[in-house]
Amino acid sequence: MAVEPFTDSAIPLQVPAGSRLKFLASGPIVTAATVCLTLVVASAILAPWLSPHDPVQLAPSLRLKPPSAEFVLGTDAYGRDLLSRILYGGRISLLIGIGSAVISIAIGLAIGLVSGFFKWVDAIVMRVMDGLMAIPSILLAIAVISLSGASLKTVLVAIVIPEIPRVVRLVRSVVLSAREEPYVEAAIAMGSSLPKILWRHLMPNTIAPLIVQGTYICASAILTEAILSFLGAGISPETPTWGNIMAEGRAFFQLRPSLIFWPGLMLSIAILSINLIGDATRDALDPRMKQREGGK
Amino acid sequence: MKPANTSESTTVLDIKNLVVELQARQGSDRIIDGISLQAHAGKTLCIVGESGSGKSVTSLAVMGLLPKKSLTVTGGSIQLAGEDIRDASDRRLRQLRATTMAMIFQEPMTALNPVITVGRQIDEVLRTHTTLDARARRQHILSMMEQVRLPDVERIFFSYPHRLSGGQRQRIMIAMALILEPKLLIADEPTTALDVTTQKQILTLIRDLQKDHGTAVLFITHDMGVVAEIADQVAVMRRGQIVEQGALNDILRTPKQDYTRNLLSTVPSLIPRVARDATNAPIVLDTYGLTKVYRERSLLGGVREVAAASDVTLELQKGRTLGIVGESGSGKSTLARCIMRLIDPSAGGIRLAGHEISFLSRRLLQPHRKRIQMIFQDPYRSLNPRLTVGETIAEGPVNYGTPHKTALVRARELLKLVDLPADAITRYPHQFSGGQRQRIAIARALAMDPDVLVADEAVSALDVSVQAQVLQLLDELQTRLGIALLFITHDLRVAAQICDDVMVMQHGRIVEQGPAGEILTHPKQAYTRQLLEAAPGRDWDFANFRPTVATVQ
Repeated sequence: MAVEPFTDSAIPLQVPAGSRLKFLASGPIVTAATVCLTLVVASAILAPWLSPHDPVQLAPSLRLKPPSAEFVLGTDAYGRDLLSRILYGGRISLLIGIGSAVISIAIGLAIGLVSGFFKWVDAIVMRVMDGLMAIPSILLAIAVISLSGASLKTVLVAIVIPEIPRVVRLVRSVVLSAREEPYVEAAIAMGSSLPKILWRHLMPNTIAPLIVQGTYICASAILTEAILSFLGAGISPETPTWGNIMAEGRAFFQLRPSLIFWPGLMLSIAILSINLIGDATRDALDPRMKQREGGK
Repeated sequence: MKPANTSESTTVLDIKNLVVELQARQGSDRIIDGISLQAHAGKTLCIVGESGSGKSVTSLAVMGLLPKKSLTVTGGSIQLAGEDIRDASDRRLRQLRATTMAMIFQEPMTALNPVITVGRQIDEVLRTHTTLDARARRQHILSMMEQVRLPDVERIFFSYPHRLSGGQRQRIMIAMALILEPKLLIADEPTTALDVTTQKQILTLIRDLQKDHGTAVLFITHDMGVVAEIADQVAVMRRGQIVEQGALNDILRTPKQDYTRNLLSTVPSLIPRVARDATNAPIVLDTYGLTKVYRERSLLGGVREVAAASDVTLELQKGRTLGIVGESGSGKSTLARCIMRLIDPSAGGIRLAGHEISFLSRRLLQPHRKRIQMIFQDPYRSLNPRLTVGETIAEGPVNYGTPHKTALVRARELLKLVDLPADAITRYPHQFSGGQRQRIAIARALAMDPDVLVADEAVSALDVSVQAQVLQLLDELQTRLGIALLFITHDLRVAAQICDDVMVMQHGRIVEQGPAGEILTHPKQAYTRQLLEAAPGRDWDFANFRPTVATVQ
């Protein structure tokens, strides 16, 4: 058998991984969303320096003032500056959004990896998850908060619990298909330990879908926190959050609609931006979605 | 049935200077670079070439099915029965595709709609393109199904695709393609997904139907054996160009181009190589009564047991190669996965150098794992795409306590051993071709210093020239390192070239086993004989450019 020796050492060099975040500037809408979200996040972080007034200082003589040079957006029913409260409120709201995304993904990833790999764990864990998913999340959150008192921590827990099953299901489905891959079997044959197989060979497959899922969790957590505050089951009313500000403004809606309008606008911008970025991330990570658009 | 048009000169398809380019960068990437071909009525033109040679793109261009936004015909002409395809409107093309040309594909399952009975799918073609009434259409379909030699046509007419075997599905595809008596039939690797015995039947069927109907056939394949079985004319393609074309006999006997000669000489011969001398080398792997039963629970709670492998007993000596040969579903992969302990056997035992490993727990199995390693079929899926080649190769030794640095140094040596540049160590799998990846997979297996290497269809996904290189590498490594090789394949040619001993499996059982030289030339069992007879192109000794002298009895 005449065989040519292996000569092809001109293996193409790796494509520069350079601008992985390029997709954030891929279209006018995504760019706008990125800019908006950056502004919202920056304003929340810089709230102590940007705010003209103390957000919790009561001033009964200045109740419900219309916008003026001193109070750019006016004051609320207790005479607190609305602009300052919205800026500070963003801190709590965004913290809850990002916090619940990170926590629920961390817990869900661990449970999902294990239950995707072991059949007997899977049988038990997935029934528990099915049970959790059957409970309406707002109801569960109200129950948790009424049992243990409202604070940032309990609100986080209340929001994270119903999100975990969704993450677990996602991770599990990825692991179920990835564990059939020959490279995983090769790792088993090489005597790799279980944690190593889970972390090194299976976990990386879940990163892309989890980033996308994370953005949705973040958006829905901000919304849930607002709903809880609006219902009076959230963080105590003197702490400014977007939901709290709106809940307090409800009574004076006909007199001062701006009390609901401005925090509502911030909330909508933040959530819309996060969702749009989430969609863009999904498209960037999944080449098939790009083709469907017509192979730009 | 129309009388066949026997006139030699009836040109059905005439391709002149066809150029197909990637649309993204005009002028830079010619996928098809000025090819000219002719297909005549009643004759078969085979386009043969390795992957990426442009043979499938040619067929898609003829059908007018090139992906609209990426590939475009930028030069030349395609005349189909005197009509230029390039000028045809979409509407006219749709008409032509049913009445004048038809195509059959590699994978008949995906080409058929799974939720419509096959009878109705064929009927759809007739309803759109003829004015026959329901009864006449049905008559016509049933007679066509008989022509493609389907059994029990009344029942199959009302069957869904999943109820039929792969061969039967391909027959349905052929019936559907030929029902309007097209002048040109394009067959793109129609038998690649089928077992050899089914392949033989389908090839004979295409031949016979072609004679009866006078159809011109454009047959695309990578398999020289198939070419020898079916072609009248052969065109050898490489990188979008035609290297050589001519009558079958001329190409096989007196190829003019080096590339053609190389391609032919890498086709492994069916005549077994000389076996290694029998030795008293120690037995490194043996199984006794190895059985794997799958239980299928039906909806009503009944349990059906399917034995994927039953009562398999084999022995493998140090430094020797045992081939396990069989068609799909014969249980050869189940056997390999049992031996690797990737699945647990139901009964029987596996001994590695005398140590029983069949029922060891995960923990107790750990020290034995390194003695036996596996090479998988698909080199695109057997390497973790997110790890560098170095990390992949080093993983095994690190699991057994080798310091990471030492393991990487060793990985470099191993890459050299499998003829890859040492700087491959920092690269990722996607930067390598299929054959190179298979070399990496071999290096990974060797990193463990195993006694036994299990190769499950390890060269089946590779082009024939690359296949030859990998086989030679395995052979060299074996001689040098004294590894025993358990080589699983469906390809008798490959088995003949690499195995000392051969074991033939069917329905999970061993049909016959013994020295390769004996089994592959004087088989005792009817099934083995059937397999050998079905091997495509067995009358040709490709490497020596002549028909085989001694045919298998």
